[in-house]
Amino acid sequence: MFDPIEVLSPSVSDIDDDAYSLDDFEGVDSRWCHRCGNNAILTAVQKLCAEEQLAPEKTVFVSGIGCSSRLPHYMGTYGFHALHGRALPVAEGIKIRRPDLHVFVTTGDGDCCSIGAGHWLHAIRYNMNMTVLLHDNQIYGLTKKQVSPTSPRGLVSNTSPHGAHLEPLNPLAATLGMSNISFVAHAVDWVPSVLCDIIKQAFHHRGLAFVCIMQRCPNYLPDHFEEYIKDPERTVLLTHAQGLQVEEAVARRFKHREEHDPRDIDRARELANNRERVPLGILYRNPDVLCYEDVRAGVEHLSATDKIAALEREFDKFTVQPAS
Amino acid sequence: MNDSTAVSKLNDDQSSVVVAGEPQIQRLRDHVIEIISDSGEGAQKCGQSFAGIAAKMGHGIWTVEIIPAEIEPPARSIEGASGNRIRVGSFEVANGGDEADLVVAFNEQVLLGRVRTGALKTGCIILLENKWRHHQDPAIVAAYTSTHEKLVADGYRVYEIPMEQICLQHTSTPQRGKNMFVLGMLNQIYGQDLELAREQVAFTFRSKSADMVDRNIKLLEAGYEWVGENFDLRFEIASAKREQAQIVVSGNAALALGIMASGMEICAMYPITPATSASHYLSEVFENVGGLVHQAEDEIAACAFAIGASYAGKCAVTITSGPGMALKQELIGLAAMAEIPLVIVNVQRGGPSTGLPTKVEQGDLLQAIFGTHGDAPRVVLAAATIEDCFYLPITARKIAEAFNLPVVLLTDANLATAQQPFPRPRLRKEWFAAPVDQSAIPESEVPYDWDHTTGLHRRFTPGQPGGMHTLTGLAHDRKSRVAYDPATNEEGLRHRSLKLAAFQKTLTKPEVRGDAEGDLLVIGWGSTKGVIEEAIEQLRDEGQTVASLHLTYMQPMASGIGDIMKRYRQVMTVEMNWGDRIDEELIDMENRRYSSLAWLLRARYLVDVDCWTEVQGQPLKPRSVAQAIRNKLTRGVTRV
Repeated sequence: MFDPIEVLSPSVSDIDDDAYSLDDFEGVDSRWCHRCGNNAILTAVQKLCAEEQLAPEKTVFVSGIGCSSRLPHYMGTYGFHALHGRALPVAEGIKIRRPDLHVFVTTGDGDCCSIGAGHWLHAIRYNMNMTVLLHDNQIYGLTKKQVSPTSPRGLVSNTSPHGAHLEPLNPLAATLGMSNISFVAHAVDWVPSVLCDIIKQAFHHRGLAFVCIMQRCPNYLPDHFEEYIKDPERTVLLTHAQGLQVEEAVARRFKHREEHDPRDIDRARELANNRERVPLGILYRNPDVLCYEDVRAGVEHLSATDKIAALEREFDKFTVQPAS
Repeated sequence: MNDSTAVSKLNDDQSSVVVAGEPQIQRLRDHVIEIISDSGEGAQKCGQSFAGIAAKMGHGIWTVEIIPAEIEPPARSIEGASGNRIRVGSFEVANGGDEADLVVAFNEQVLLGRVRTGALKTGCIILLENKWRHHQDPAIVAAYTSTHEKLVADGYRVYEIPMEQICLQHTSTPQRGKNMFVLGMLNQIYGQDLELAREQVAFTFRSKSADMVDRNIKLLEAGYEWVGENFDLRFEIASAKREQAQIVVSGNAALALGIMASGMEICAMYPITPATSASHYLSEVFENVGGLVHQAEDEIAACAFAIGASYAGKCAVTITSGPGMALKQELIGLAAMAEIPLVIVNVQRGGPSTGLPTKVEQGDLLQAIFGTHGDAPRVVLAAATIEDCFYLPITARKIAEAFNLPVVLLTDANLATAQQPFPRPRLRKEWFAAPVDQSAIPESEVPYDWDHTTGLHRRFTPGQPGGMHTLTGLAHDRKSRVAYDPATNEEGLRHRSLKLAAFQKTLTKPEVRGDAEGDLLVIGWGSTKGVIEEAIEQLRDEGQTVASLHLTYMQPMASGIGDIMKRYRQVMTVEMNWGDRIDEELIDMENRRYSSLAWLLRARYLVDVDCWTEVQGQPLKPRSVAQAIRNKLTRGVTRV
């Protein structure tokens, strides 16, 4: 008799029927523009989910509003497409209630650094165990080309027809300037292998992993990042035994490489503040920062009887017995 | 102001107050007592203890906190009055009453503050600390003596008492123990049981040292004895025997207890007066029942956090007041649109803007019902009593989860700090939320499987295999996919709206109090219930055929209200939010801005509902409401 299992190679027969494939993480078809940098980020997170074999029902992508924030719809996991700027506090509520869920936040430069900036600061401080991806295209895309807080000075947009008036907000430097940070990385959509590696490290970090990603907007700022893409002087690859490790074939493409210890906050800040040569890699990592959900004990699953007993004790404090 | 000839001056002898002779006991139905001091002198502790003892004696009580706007206003300032009002009665007292009958004041300036807000009855008894008469600063002496003279001239029955001087015999820091001396005085004046008072003091200082407890009990006894020997005013209020154990807590504490009893496990909040004290108590004990209070970075984040927690598990709650409510509105719209259960408690204060943070108003009804862009149906409940503050969070949680929508619970600054005993609840496991559903979703099911008739659907929670979808605040179809087409948009609107109708069908017809038909129906909502009902009783005693209807379900309203209104010749609301006065020169039927509930009733029932409102930051007084009703009945308008 011919038994197909017998004749198949061991690598094929080892495939677990229950294993998740990339298809399991696909939602509705992407509606982003052709060549939009968000597609690279979507592919990277789908690849991560498949590689890590995350159960789709145990994974939640939370977003705010903007082009970036459409990402959850394109995933095959649970998703929560919330309000402009409010992805982070929604994600925190999910995580406090359900530490068992893998929580990802996808947000944009307007969503995170403008309307939701207050939440950004505090999310860093709470340091809840989640991966935050900031899609920084330096422009408002969904509302059709308005200046963003990360737009460079002089950028011409529909709300800055004579050029942006201010110097940009630097999300990396701002994050690294906060206290209680535990993971800060910088990636670019045009080097997908490094993007994937960084997102993987971010996912494995316990605490809030903040990944800022330079992301191209082919529609409104078509050549905006060309200087970084074409000029090898403009990027420095950060590697370290404690940080990102890339294959030599990839590393060789970078003219500037630096062994950067992600525990070195001072150097991390210097790297973040150098806009002439943007860092690519993990700038800072401290796995020992307290996670909010750990100190809040979470929700203990008391039995109804125990809960009632505890409540009765509270009522005892305020009870007036009828006069005898 | 007071009629200066009304009451004889009892205080001609300035050396002290001592009144000789056997005390005559005056029997009363109820009395309103105020104890006021500078902030930090302990008048509140004294008032709360006095109320606690009265409750134990079986009296009906209602307490109102008197709170200055600043944490530490300057000493001896008119705006700085801090303390407590206690109405004690032989019946179930349901409001703070009219003007005060007896006031204990630690200085004459805080007393002046109360006189100027009209808090004191004509001829009110005043027990006044007289150390200021001998103060080294001549300006203070002058202020004291002139105020004293004026009060006496105005007919107040002022008794000067050297409180601190007597306390000096028992403590080296009389300024800090005077409040317990006053408590002892009041115990004797009102014939309260001294042993109960000792227990109460021991309870009040339970977290302090035994020495401290002893010292305070000594001061209590000193006050009790001093009145026994030197003062002949005695009042007796019959006590109503209660069969059942009672709970004596403020509305905010009742709210916290109700949240715990509802099975909600996450409360996200941002500090805001007068809501925060609910979170204080909840923070202290919530973890004992498996919950937690999250103090978010702002009001918006608190609401978003609660929505995230609700989405991933059981319904969560956010507690706030008017300004915070306004900030949360966009997220309340998200909860309505994405159909996530959520309870929002709004402890109303004076508005708009920062308004009157520590004072009461019912200004948020319309923002609770309509306050966000687009059509975002939600259920709105209003607590009328301290007992409601306990039970309504349980109801709110159930509605939110059964109908997958936001539920707003309105209370106010009056309920927040008031205390009124209510029967100790028998806790039930059915009040708790069901465990989070993690069962697999069959392939045929979609996340918004709206029932055609009721609009209801089964909610999918993360962790449920097969239920993966992206929830969105955008218009969406049954599969939760973003959809901009006209038919889908209306389908969503229709189903979300139908849920309110489905819920409304579960409501029972409210009942009126008073005459089943007659000349006037007064409709109210929220903390004014006790005041309105007392005023209606008064009018009925005067022979009028009037009734009151008090609403708990503000949105949607129960069936039958229209029929009830038809049975009365006139209908008006009594509320603590602004309504234009029809007697103003510019105001007529075409431009009058009605009070909130009147708007709603007029719009729904096409009845010419009038309104009488008072928005002074103070709880309504039964006497003012009774007068408004009287005016309405006799002259057709509430103000004359």
